[in-house]
Amino acid sequence: MKYMLIKTCGPAAHCDTFIGDWTPEEIQANIDFQHALGEQLAKSGELVDAQGLADPGQARIVMSDGRSAPVVTDGPFPETKEFLAGYWIVDVDSAERAIEIAAQASASPGPGGRPIGEYIEVRAIMDAPAVDL
Amino acid sequence: MPDVMLEDLLRELAPQVLGALVRRTGDFDAAEDALQEALLAAATQWPAEVVPGNPRAWLISVAHRRMIDAIRSEVSRRNRETANAIRDPQGLSPTASDPADTVVAALTEAGLSDLASPPGGVHSEAVGISSGHDDSTDEDDRDDTLTLFFLCCHPALTPASAIALTLRAVGGLTTEEIARAFLLPERTMAQRIARAKKRLAAEARPFAMPVAANGQRGEWHERLDNVLRVLYLIYTEGHTSGGERLHRGDLSGEAIRLARALFRALPDNPEVTGLLALLLLTDARRAARTGEHGELIPLAEQDRALWDREMIIEGVRLATASVRSGLIGPYQIQAAIAALHAQALRPENTDWPRILLLYNALERQAPNPMVTLNRAVALAMVHGPHAGLDLADTLSESLAGSHRLDAVRGHLHEMAGDTEEAVAAYTAAARATTSLPERDYLTIRAARLRRA
Repeated sequence: MKYMLIKTCGPAAHCDTFIGDWTPEEIQANIDFQHALGEQLAKSGELVDAQGLADPGQARIVMSDGRSAPVVTDGPFPETKEFLAGYWIVDVDSAERAIEIAAQASASPGPGGRPIGEYIEVRAIMDAPAVDL
Repeated sequence: MPDVMLEDLLRELAPQVLGALVRRTGDFDAAEDALQEALLAAATQWPAEVVPGNPRAWLISVAHRRMIDAIRSEVSRRNRETANAIRDPQGLSPTASDPADTVVAALTEAGLSDLASPPGGVHSEAVGISSGHDDSTDEDDRDDTLTLFFLCCHPALTPASAIALTLRAVGGLTTEEIARAFLLPERTMAQRIARAKKRLAAEARPFAMPVAANGQRGEWHERLDNVLRVLYLIYTEGHTSGGERLHRGDLSGEAIRLARALFRALPDNPEVTGLLALLLLTDARRAARTGEHGELIPLAEQDRALWDREMIIEGVRLATASVRSGLIGPYQIQAAIAALHAQALRPENTDWPRILLLYNALERQAPNPMVTLNRAVALAMVHGPHAGLDLADTLSESLAGSHRLDAVRGHLHEMAGDTEEAVAAYTAAARATTSLPERDYLTIRAARLRRA
């Protein structure tokens, strides 16, 4: 079963400071943690893909009615916190395992090395139907 | 021998040879390397010369000799490195008088002392290629495909690992092919297989055949159940992997090929026969299961002319053979149900009363809510939709949140003419499913009823 674990730009449960305001060591520790997690998932044979997205400030919103020129709006937007920051796609044996990985990702280190308690959204990826045996 | 026939022969022999090598040496990776070399040797030598009288024994002995050579050169390399550091009175030198001793020493050194004396002893003499005879013993005549199946489907492995290892070792697929079938990066699949092998290496005697308890359902049966489940999962994976695509023919076909290999090794086991029959009968409907754009077509609405008659004939024959000894296990019973569906030329000819009896038996054998849900459908076909709905309602707790329960409720309400309830159930099922074609099917079904 494949799941997408989603990080957003919003504040975490135990940390409301922007990562740019942390000390370099704290930032480095968080980056190292993300690398180690990706490495661990690759080793366990569960990683499908993991990507981070550029800052929402660079986002463009496109709207078209299919006839006239498309309307392109710049970010950032009032609800920046709603924006997707990055994701992991994992292939795991159970929903419980997906939650376990998300919990691990949520506890990434922040200021003072304390786990920040990020909110990680766990979403099942659509698949073909089970065979009607 | 023509190339195509030779390729088929080698493909069939490969898992048997690998099984024999693993059983003798306990070294999965080295056995795989040696097998590849032996297959290469056969592919280059046999077309030009006469195929040996016992091709399997030929491959085993050639591969085994390669393994011994590899161990020898590894040992002598290590000896050269440590010669000055260690004075070893035993001297694992490459000139040791008996190569078998060298192998034993090397395996012992690698912490595999248990594996160093395989049954039948180490054959250090490979068959002379030109001698035209083979020195196969009874030991070589057993079918090692089974050994390999039991190893790859070892209970210590997760289903995902067992599936990957079985496809790799018994099926002979490359890591890249397996990764593609599961829509995974090759590196991820390679890690999954490597971990599975490591996990097996940690077991005391991973490839020891489980002992058949005299006539009792002992460890042997549990292990066989595991093998059957893995093959079943490979087959269903062939249908469910691939995002929007409904079929992955190659994996379904691979599962059937593996089930055939297992059936050859255990021709008299009703469950093995039942599994092969079930897969054939299910696969026979493949072309009819989906429409032009991949949309799902339920059994009752399929164009039965598209069903594969040849597969059905074989499946029905096997299913019939397997139930002669009574209804023993779930695969057999499911095969019997599939056979009854396959034999109905039109949906209204379906022998629902007998299918209901079989679901009753299946529920006694292997009680689980999904079986009860299928029984509810059969019950509705025999005694009307409300009988089915009453039974389905008993599953509200055990199947809470399952889209299958709501989908069945939708169909039964539709059958009963309760449009509003049917729409609500289909809509709930569409929200709960993680399958795209299924969501489309349920959404359209609800929309049609709303318009009606």
